[in-house]
Formats: sequence, structure tokens, C-alpha cells
Amino acid sequence: MTARREVSSAGRSSPAAWQTASGPATPGPAIELTGAAAQIGGRTIWQDVSVRVGHGAFVALLGANGSGKSTLLKAALGALPLSAGSATVLGQAPGAANRSIGYLPQRRSFDQGTRLRGRDIVRLGLDGDRWGLPLPLAWGGPGARRRAAHDRVDEVIEMVGAGSYADRPIGESSGGEQQRLLIAQALVRRPELLLLDEPLDSLDLPNQAAVAALVAEICRGAGVAVLLVAHDVNPLLPYIDSVIYLAGGRAVEGPVEQVITDATLTRLYGLPVEVLRASDGRLVVVGQPDPPAHHHDRHAHDGHPAAAPGNGG
Amino acid sequence: MAAEVLNPHLSWNLGRDVSEVLEYHFMVNALLAGSIVAIMAGLVGWLMVLRRDTFAGHTLSMMAFPGASSAALLGIPAAWGYFVFCGAGALVIGRLPRARERFPGEQSAAIGAVQALALAVGFLFVSLYGGVLGDLENLLFGTFLGVSDSQVLVLLAVAAGTLAALCVLARPLLFASVDAGVAGARGVPVRGLASAFLLLLGLAVAATSQITGVLLVFALLVTPAATAQAITARPLVSLLLTVALGLLVVWLGLGIAYFSVYPAGFFITTISFATYVFVRVLMGVLGGRSRRHPELPAPAAPPRGVIA
Repeated sequence: MTARREVSSAGRSSPAAWQTASGPATPGPAIELTGAAAQIGGRTIWQDVSVRVGHGAFVALLGANGSGKSTLLKAALGALPLSAGSATVLGQAPGAANRSIGYLPQRRSFDQGTRLRGRDIVRLGLDGDRWGLPLPLAWGGPGARRRAAHDRVDEVIEMVGAGSYADRPIGESSGGEQQRLLIAQALVRRPELLLLDEPLDSLDLPNQAAVAALVAEICRGAGVAVLLVAHDVNPLLPYIDSVIYLAGGRAVEGPVEQVITDATLTRLYGLPVEVLRASDGRLVVVGQPDPPAHHHDRHAHDGHPAAAPGNGG
Repeated sequence: MAAEVLNPHLSWNLGRDVSEVLEYHFMVNALLAGSIVAIMAGLVGWLMVLRRDTFAGHTLSMMAFPGASSAALLGIPAAWGYFVFCGAGALVIGRLPRARERFPGEQSAAIGAVQALALAVGFLFVSLYGGVLGDLENLLFGTFLGVSDSQVLVLLAVAAGTLAALCVLARPLLFASVDAGVAGARGVPVRGLASAFLLLLGLAVAATSQITGVLLVFALLVTPAATAQAITARPLVSLLLTVALGLLVVWLGLGIAYFSVYPAGFFITTISFATYVFVRVLMGVLGGRSRRHPELPAPAAPPRGVIA
């Protein structure tokens, strides 16, 4: 699974803007979990999970609602301590390297009345966690630092192709536009690892394809490792190096063609599961206990036993 | 001179009118207090509107009622009652079960319960006080007569403290307000900032209600901020506009009230609201011509293929 994508094989130029600040500080895997288990409120979400996200790799994290996908991201961020096993993230304990991680939480969107520009949202990703100087003074102040910050914000906005709407109030932007701006926000500090929680959720199909392609470009161009939570692997198929599939409290990891198969998923779910391959290469998983057809309702009823058996993806 | 105060005339000479207003110490104090309050309420209110904390602000303004009535009961200055009850109310609301994004109604209901309790307690204090609270009308609708020097100083100190706190908290507070998930992951104490902001809001409400009255605090807390946010989405411009609008509204309101028999709160609120309506209509008209305008639905995004 550490099938690290060669930058040259991507066949693209990699603009200097895409490079991480200090290059790869950690030659090892971006994330490594060994025999890991997580509990929420005494209930085990998953256990005996041993997975790796290689340096610079693009990995999809798949699984049904409540299988613990978001929990795995939280464990990687150090927000949820493991109940067993061990983990390293960018060569350190989870939480220790969060400054080098770009995190995009699961969310719906900014509501229409949010009267800040997309550019401001991106900017908050750069220095929004700093105490002290009020925003207006910091922005209006003199100095190279301010210009550097401004340039960096411009740079990532261009990188995600959001230049034409970054100066509009973010609430007015469409879901796909907001998602691009949020990816820019996650990128603005030149992270070595991106944790993206369902960035394709609630996007229409063309936007899903476009955002997946954008993430792949960032991954290759800047050598940023990406762990992307998704419900549907299909928009990601052209780009991912491997998948981690969570089900039944366990995880399987490997290339798509080895993981998303009748045998592997049947074993994982403990139920007969069939994987169908459409003529265009799309994969359809049939027979899994919690079909993702209702995933738009999931947000409204998250935590509700009928809609989501667990803690919501 | 006393007769003039009782029966001031508005002349056609604006300069003369202004200098007449400024001749009186109580008017200077009123304008000073009003200006301090306008700046403080504008900045805190701008964040309140952005954070969708308006209902909490409304509830905190109701806290001024038990505050003032308890102060009357105890025979202490009303301002102390305002600040103590609004501050305590902010702490209580801050301790309420966390408002989860998915269930915004949950916290509204709890805040509503706190509000009802505050009004009931205020009512009890009024009863204990023995009948009619002398300046109930001032409490509800505000007064600008007899703002003492010490009151101005207290307002100045509270505003200075609030502004200093805002300066320290500004960026993380803005981050947590619009993007709690990411801010939390970056180590911003989202919950603590929410409580801290409510406390600042409580102080701003208490200060504002001394000028506009309990019922009209939103004239300075919400309307200027909402007007400015309707005009622009640039944070710096929007904040400065909010303060400018607040000051304008207070000066005009107090100025007109001086020459009128009606309360200043009414004029402040009316001018504030008129500005808001004017701006919304104007932006609507401009928006009809310009597709960049905020009130229009965003133009459909051009189909974007795979980004190269």
C-alpha cells in the first residue's frame, strides 16, 4: 500500500508554490496504526486495526455509516486517544504534528448569510489560531510578513482554482466552490498530510470528479499525503494508491482491486457482499448492511439509532 | 437657561443648534456615554451577528430588568445591577448544554427558559420593591438625562476592558465563530471562547441598555452590524462601518431627542432601522444591476471540468 506515487509519473510540472515548507521532514509513513482500537463511550468502534498511509500517498478511507471513519481521523489528530495499540503520525505521537496537518472536518457548508469572503476563510486557516493583534490591525499593518501571508493566501486560492469567487461572500458560493476554498484553507500552511472528511459529500457528480482530481494534483504536485474519507469510491478510482475499508469493527487495507472484492468484503462484513463492476469501471457494492443511499439524511439524524448505528462515519 | 432646557428650539442654523446642545453638561455626558456605547456595542454586535448569537443577546438584554429592579430594591446604582445580572446571565448561558450545529434549537430552548426565569425574578424584585418602580420607563426605553460623570467613567472603563479583550481574542474568536470544526482541530479553545464572548456580550448589553433602554439595545447591537454586513463582506471595512453607523445613529438620535419631547431610544432605533432598510433597498437595487451583488442568488457556477 505504500505504493508511493512518483512525481514524475504524474507527468505534471510541480509549481514551487506546491512544495511543503521544509520538504518531507519524515521519510516514514505519514500515518501508521498498529493493532489500534478506539472506543467512544465504552463502545469499541474498531479494533486490531493496522494500517499505513505512505508518505505522499493518496488513500481513500471507505466504510458504511458509523463504521468509524471520522473516528480514525480524530485518532490521527490526537483528538481521541487509542484504547489499544499504537500510532504514529508524521513520525510523532498523534496530535504532536498537527501543525503539519491540513484537516477538513465533515460538514455541510457555510450558510448563505455568512458575511465573510472566501479569502477570509482561507486566511483564518493561516493564522486564525493566533492570539493577540486584532484581525483588522494585523491585516492593515505594515511589513513583509503581512505581504507574505497575503501572497500565500492568493497562491493557494489560485492553486484550487477559486480565484474568480474568493472575493465573494462564502455563503454565496456553491457547494463545490466552498469545498475548493476549504481545501485551500487546509493547504495554506503547507501541510505534509491532508485529512479530508467527506469532501465529496453533497457535491454533484461533475464537482465530485473535479474535487477528486484537484486533491490528486495536490497530492502529486506537493508530495502531500492524503487520507480522504468517502462514501463512494468511484470518483476516486482514477487517482488513489490504495484504500482502507472499515467494516464490522475491523479494517482492510490495500489496492482497490484487492480490497473491494466479494471475498474481502464478505469476510469483513460477515455477510454475503457482492461487488459488481459496471462496463465503465465503476464499482457497486451490493448487500452491505447499511446502504449509503440515505447518506444525505445522515447529518440530520446523526447519532440516531435508526439512521446511523454508530457515531456517524 | 433652565427655560431653554425645558423648551429648546430647533433653528435653521445647524451650527448654532449643535453648539446649543454642547452647552449643557448633561448633553455632553449623554453624547460621550452614547459614543462609548456605540463603539462597544458595534464591535461586539458585529461578532454577535456573525456568530448567530442574537437570541443570547436578546436574553442578556432581558437580564437588565432583574438587574435594575434588584438595584432599586437594594438602593444601589442601577448600573451595578445591570452589569452584575448581565454578566451572571452570560455565565449561565455559557454553561448551558453545548449548542450542537445539528440541533441549534436545543440551545435556543434552554436560553429561552433562562430568559423567562430572568423576567420572573425581575418581576419579583419589582413586587418586593413595593409597587411601581419609579423609572420603569427609563429602564425599558432608556434615558439620556442625568448621565453622571462617574457613569461615563464606568462605561469608559468597561468599554476599554471589553475592547482590550476583543483585541486579544479577535482572530481565534473569528475563526471559532465561522469555522468551529477546523478551529478546534487547530487547538483554538472553541468552547471557552464562546463563554468569553457571551461575557463580553453581557457587558456590552448592560452598557447599551443604559442609553437605549432594555428593549432597544438591538438598535445599537444588531442593526448597525447587520447594515454593515449587508454592505460588505470585507471584515475590516465591515467593522469600521458598523462603528461609524453606530456613532452616527447615536449622535443624530440624541440630537433630535434634545429638541423633542420623545425619548432618545425611539429616535436611535428609528434612525438605525431606517438606515438598515435604506441600505437593503439600495443594495437590492444595485444588486439588480450587478451580478456580484450578495442578495441575489449566486450565479450558477460554470461547469468546471477536471482542473488542470
